[in-house]
Amino acid sequence: MIFAHIFFYVFAIILVASAVMVVTARNPVHSVLFLILCFFNAAGLFLIAGAEFLAFILLIVYVGAVAVLFLFVVMMLDIDFSELRAGVQRYAPIGGVIGAILFLELVLVLGGWKVSPLAAGLRLTPMGYGISNTDAIGRVLYTQYAFLFETASLVLMVAMIGAIVLTHRDRRRSKSQVIAQQNARNPADTLAMIDVAVGAGVKAADIRRPDPALERPGEVVVLPDEETHEPVLVAPEPRSH
Amino acid sequence: MPIGIGQYLVVSAILLVVGIFGIFMNRKNVITILMSIELILLSVNLNLVAFSGALHDLTGQVFTMFVLTVAAAEAAIGLAIVVTYFRNRGSIAVEDVNLMKG
Repeated sequence: MIFAHIFFYVFAIILVASAVMVVTARNPVHSVLFLILCFFNAAGLFLIAGAEFLAFILLIVYVGAVAVLFLFVVMMLDIDFSELRAGVQRYAPIGGVIGAILFLELVLVLGGWKVSPLAAGLRLTPMGYGISNTDAIGRVLYTQYAFLFETASLVLMVAMIGAIVLTHRDRRRSKSQVIAQQNARNPADTLAMIDVAVGAGVKAADIRRPDPALERPGEVVVLPDEETHEPVLVAPEPRSH
Repeated sequence: MPIGIGQYLVVSAILLVVGIFGIFMNRKNVITILMSIELILLSVNLNLVAFSGALHDLTGQVFTMFVLTVAAAEAAIGLAIVVTYFRNRGSIAVEDVNLMKG
């Protein structure tokens, strides 16, 4: 039992220290790495509390997905973070005062708090004995909480669709199909009847494929030059047929 | 249950206070604010798991899973908004977010 206490204090102290580093680190990459350390230590505390399944879910979901997402965004955006830290000295006392007030309130609430002797009778899903934590969670999650479980999956799907819609950029040079454009296409715009003189070749008739005028309006088309094979810019010009 | 619930509550209270202090301290940097929100949600999870272990009731752990779900969704949407905003304005400073004149 003494080992559990030692590990509890080790995990708790590292957890609080790395949480402080998350909010005070100058470099946001360091913040994210300390956040990962936070999650590892919280998973250790979960293990000591007997929630083995949640400990590993915390590692897989948070460290494997959320923290890596943070790391991606911090590294992808080209931000001058020193500029964002300009007002820290000004805001720190306000934050400290509010945090101290909140902590005092929490101490006051928790100081006079005790578990009712009737609390054991109010339990919604008492833990069974002799089955593992994962087994016990699975037995209630898919039966008693099946509706909430499916609602959670719906929340995740909406978040996924929202994130994709928000960050998706329509690349103008992509070859994706635009059905509305295809339906609105007029044969007169796409088909040109040109008399080519015998033996003159198509170059004299000014036919180039792909036709720059048939690309989407406002687009600058890059075509390879026929002699030098260097790319040349062709401005779109409306052609009348 | 070797560890008393009071110790867990103290740790999670400290974590909550640190998270709220982080929001006030880094009020220009959206990414650090999102990380502080993650810390606050982690303290909530710690509370739920501690009570679940102390009372031998699985509801707390099931609820923790839903909190994790919502936290993951919140992080994904928040970071997507940050990326979109940075693409449009070239900055993520909170005081520059004034297009809606709020």
